[in-house]
Amino acid sequence: MLTTALILLPIAGALAVAVLPLPRLATGGLALLVALMEVGLWIVAASNFDFDEGGLQLGTTQQWVESAGISYAVGFYGFSLWLAGATVIVSAAAIGYAVWAGRDRPRAYHALMLFLTGAVVATFASQDLLLFYVSFEAMLIPLYVLVGVWGGERRLQATLWFVVYTMVGSLLMLASVVAFGVSQGTFSLVESGTSDNVWVFLGFAVAFAIKAPLFPFHGWLPVAYREAPVEVAAVLSAIVSKTAIYGFLRIGLPKFPEPAEDLTVLVLVLASAGLLYGSILAFRAPDLRGIVAYSSMAQMGLITLGVFAVNDLGLDGAVLQSVNHALVSASMFLLVGMVERRCGTGELDELGGMARGRPVLATLLLVAGMIALAVPGSATFAGEFLIMTGVYAEGWGYAAIVALSVVLAAMYTLRLISAVLHVRPGRAVRDEALDLRPGELALVVPLVACLLVLSAWPALVSQSSFAGDEAARVIVEGLR
Amino acid sequence: MIDTPKVDWFALAPTLALLGASGVALLATVLVPAWMRKSATAAVALAGFVVAAILAGAVFAESGAPQSLIAESMVRDRLAAFAQVLLAVTGAVVVLMSWAERRRADGEYYALLAAAGAGMVFFVGAENLMTLFLGLEWFSLCLYVLVAIDTERAASLEAGLKYLVVGGFGSAVLLFGSALVFGATGELGFASIAAAEAGEDAFLVAGLAMVLAGLAFKVSAAPFHMWTPDVYEGSPSSITAFMSAATKTAALVVALRVLVTAFPDESETWTIAVAVLAVASLAWGNLAALAQRDVKRLLAYSSISHAGFMLIAIAAGTEAGAEALLYYLVPYSAMSVGAFAVVAARERELGHSVELEGLAGLGWERPLHGVAMWIFMLGFAGFPLTGGMFGKLFVFSAAYDAGDWWLVLVGVLATAVSIAYYLNVVRWMYMRAGTELRLAPAGGAPPRDSTLGIAVAASAVVTVGSFFLAQPILDYASDAAASLPF
Repeated sequence: MLTTALILLPIAGALAVAVLPLPRLATGGLALLVALMEVGLWIVAASNFDFDEGGLQLGTTQQWVESAGISYAVGFYGFSLWLAGATVIVSAAAIGYAVWAGRDRPRAYHALMLFLTGAVVATFASQDLLLFYVSFEAMLIPLYVLVGVWGGERRLQATLWFVVYTMVGSLLMLASVVAFGVSQGTFSLVESGTSDNVWVFLGFAVAFAIKAPLFPFHGWLPVAYREAPVEVAAVLSAIVSKTAIYGFLRIGLPKFPEPAEDLTVLVLVLASAGLLYGSILAFRAPDLRGIVAYSSMAQMGLITLGVFAVNDLGLDGAVLQSVNHALVSASMFLLVGMVERRCGTGELDELGGMARGRPVLATLLLVAGMIALAVPGSATFAGEFLIMTGVYAEGWGYAAIVALSVVLAAMYTLRLISAVLHVRPGRAVRDEALDLRPGELALVVPLVACLLVLSAWPALVSQSSFAGDEAARVIVEGLR
Repeated sequence: MIDTPKVDWFALAPTLALLGASGVALLATVLVPAWMRKSATAAVALAGFVVAAILAGAVFAESGAPQSLIAESMVRDRLAAFAQVLLAVTGAVVVLMSWAERRRADGEYYALLAAAGAGMVFFVGAENLMTLFLGLEWFSLCLYVLVAIDTERAASLEAGLKYLVVGGFGSAVLLFGSALVFGATGELGFASIAAAEAGEDAFLVAGLAMVLAGLAFKVSAAPFHMWTPDVYEGSPSSITAFMSAATKTAALVVALRVLVTAFPDESETWTIAVAVLAVASLAWGNLAALAQRDVKRLLAYSSISHAGFMLIAIAAGTEAGAEALLYYLVPYSAMSVGAFAVVAARERELGHSVELEGLAGLGWERPLHGVAMWIFMLGFAGFPLTGGMFGKLFVFSAAYDAGDWWLVLVGVLATAVSIAYYLNVVRWMYMRAGTELRLAPAGGAPPRDSTLGIAVAASAVVTVGSFFLAQPILDYASDAAASLPF
């Protein structure tokens, strides 16, 4: 029931926000209230979850289309509960930012954001292949409109690229869903067995690779992340991308053990390439959003390395890093948004010197940046270290690439920090541009606080994602 | 003393109800004073469709194994009853839409609409090549007039003429095919044709091909679709909605019944033929839709491509395929009627036909129409949260199960292409402002269209409801499909 409530609360909230003719502030307030209730509900769910026990918990199964073997089956594993946790927190921050930024047509905007939250949570909770497909696709509907209506100047181009890429992936996935479901006789992920059909696996893998996005399927990323409203970009990079990781963990690896193993080297090589390529692009990007966007792509490559190492360390690290990256990327995007609102641009050339007289902004950006570049002692360091050791078992070369990427991460993050805060004052930075307001602090500080808690105690996530200390066995056998 | 065949009046009741409504509406046109003529005739037609739907539902509930009526010319079974409910409900929604869309007080319109409905309801119960042809001509003749009923608009007259010529040609092909089948087997009843076991008779195969082609005209499957865009564009929008939903439903159900009951031995031949029609419709419909500016033409090509999807289900040649087809028809009918209703409303606002530019800003100006149109477009494209998704899923599953995995791939590719133009509609509605295009309003107060709003809302509810309630609909569909001899 809790899981269903966690899915339905934001969707019911979306309907209420869309239908009730409230004034602007009340609409935003209602949306924010629903988002915070969702966080509360997640905390209740997490406190009812036995992390030592493992396995599927808080589950509900309801027959839906019985004759086709489709059911409404939801529930959480340790790792998916953590992903859902990151989702509700990031969504709340994003909705808060939208309220603060005063988006036009607030009823439609907030309804879509809440609907998106519900769809992402449903994706993480799906234990039925068709339900997974439904929620995976349902995310696209609000995203399309959010980018297309409230986006920047080239928003129509952004939606076009985004939709073309994701729909190609989704339709390949639909063909795979049909093939898998019909040959298994059921769409239930709990009851179905494994398949050794490499084409069906590829259908899923490409869909996930596009959503993540992984190299070389990232064509939609730069323009979408640049043109989307900044909080939508935060949601895209922080949580929507993680549905791909969930897909690999819940469907790709457990249901297709042989094809996944056969293609491991290919995936690892592509992921490494994406990691390096994304890092270099981030270093070369001329604007703030470009840096965060490409670094996000690099991080997805890194997480995929951990996933496809298919060993305890790699998988634990992948989940930890997914949560970390969700929080880091959301705080970075929101901070970028705040800087852009003050200066009217995100071009690095026109920024600079914002640290003077704006201590709060400087402190927050520095802290978030330090965590983003995986300074030792941070949660991201723990995640990257786990992934590095995990992937070392697959070949030292991958580990070397991860190490190199950490250096590159330091380079591009420091470049971002110094371009905003230091150097000489930029043309776009006027003296009237104020320091962060309390309202903005209330959005970013909780995200950073979560990161600091995880930095102090990364095992909170990494030790509880999979029952016991046997992530690989859980993925390969337990989820079958 | 002549043996009179026993007549099952109950099974014929849906047809008779609509026929009666048509007659009463026609009388009302003459007898009722002009100021209430439109409301009176519309109310009679609406009542006819609603009563027909209820009676057909009762027939569905009361029917078991298929029974022949009137000396094997008609059949009483759940397949016919299922289609009749769908047709009658579609008709009722179209009456609501017409009442708002049409300003003229022409009672003949509603009388003809009810008569066309009666013809379709009769047509889906045909169990004999003669009654099949009779039903086809019955509703076609009504539609020829309805398409051309806006006599002051040249486009409407042109559409009527085109439909008459091409439709007449299609009927002739069908009739010729029936004659060949009769010549080969000496039988007209579907079951008797199958029982005659004519084997690989060239006449029979040629007849089968021509019957299929004749029905394909009504389904508007490529390459028999040429009339569709012009006729859909020129007809009054309510009639377009009725044709795109009801004509297609009737023709597809009858095609399924004829192929499965009359030609089971030739199934290897016709599954391939239907698959070819499906692929042609998917390819042609989708590619041509990409290039359309006029929204009604776009929807016309979209309806051609949907004919392709539904033909995939027939091409599977299995009971699962029949279930998939019957399920698909439910959300498809709702989406079609709803989409044309939104276009009709916009036409009235603008005072001329709606190009894509004409949709600019619609989403914000009219939230109900915008959201509903959004739902219909997503449904057509097979997105989740609409029955369109389950329709595609069931069709693809049936095809995959029957071993036609290549049809699944074609269907998926076609869906990918279709998303481009469906989302383009959404883009125009929400992402472009109407003011920058300086759309000229038709003037006057905004049209009173509460019934049109009801029609749109009902269609949207069915589109979404058929997603969440897929199982009950599928149960009815499988009861209906069980009346066919697979």
